[in-house]
Amino acid sequence: MTPAVRRRVFLAAAVVAGGLLLWGLTGLPDYGVYVGPYGDVLNAVAVGERKATNVVAAVTFDYRGVDTMGEEFILFAAVVGVAIVLRAQRGETEQPPDEDAADRRAPGTSNAVRVLGLALLGPVVLFGIYVVAHGHLSPGGGFQGGVVLATAALLVYLSGEYVTLRRVRPVALIDLSESTGAAGYVAVGLLGLAAGAAFLENVLPLGRPGALLSAGTIPLINLSVGLEVAGGFVLLLSEFLEQTLVLRRPGEVT
Amino acid sequence: MIVLEAAVFLLVAAGGTAVALTRDPLNQAIVASFYGLILGIMFLVFQAPDVALSQITVGAVALPLMIVLALAKVRALAGGRKDDAG
Repeated sequence: MTPAVRRRVFLAAAVVAGGLLLWGLTGLPDYGVYVGPYGDVLNAVAVGERKATNVVAAVTFDYRGVDTMGEEFILFAAVVGVAIVLRAQRGETEQPPDEDAADRRAPGTSNAVRVLGLALLGPVVLFGIYVVAHGHLSPGGGFQGGVVLATAALLVYLSGEYVTLRRVRPVALIDLSESTGAAGYVAVGLLGLAAGAAFLENVLPLGRPGALLSAGTIPLINLSVGLEVAGGFVLLLSEFLEQTLVLRRPGEVT
Repeated sequence: MIVLEAAVFLLVAAGGTAVALTRDPLNQAIVASFYGLILGIMFLVFQAPDVALSQITVGAVALPLMIVLALAKVRALAGGRKDDAG
């Protein structure tokens, strides 16, 4: 295809696509106008019905809890997929990381980065736990808090050595965290069945709106999602780091 | 409020263009990280703090990190190939 033909094909496609887009834009509601009834209904009833002051959490973990369970297992499947694709393969041998090559040794981590990383570590872990635990009260929740917790592992890597990260990253515990989180969501769902209600129905005592222990099953689900996401992201991070930094020793089985 | 919304829209447009115009993948990862932060600010301005938190953690931290690590792996492989002579 010559450039001239290619340009003509592109122009024709651009005119059609642009026209459709403009036509679609004219049918949109006006800027800032909300037409759907569900948001207004939920805003009116969610705090009273579920005692969760964060209506978003009430929707994602209660009213539409089954959808979120599907999303959680998408993440689970993705992490497991990465772990399988990046597993030790036949014929893979250990290579020293580029940093160790004599001619291009990277400068050591500066003290500033080291101190900052270690100083941030505690607050980041605390903040992650806070975001997970207060998901039903304020913005945040299991997913966001889980990723924040996982960045703590990244801070260890940035401020120290990869070896240190390997030591503070007990694989068994991370696997356990990830699978407990995934299974915990289903277990909370089965709790509803055990109580004679529907799957994932909010059967626990709801408490008082704004209290840390309130909103029934929502904090429990947040906790399980937080465990799963934190475990999954640390696993993902270490799989990628392993690939780039420490290639496997011959014969090492993982 | 409308001024703030217009400003954040312009920032998002500028950030997206910057990501598309950056050609080197390593630089692009850094620009994309910054763009993720801008998107997070946009969600915050439009009063969606939940989404803003997810956007900042994933778009500004996790995604660029994966790209940088993948690039490091690709470069290590390309360097190894040259030495193997095959």
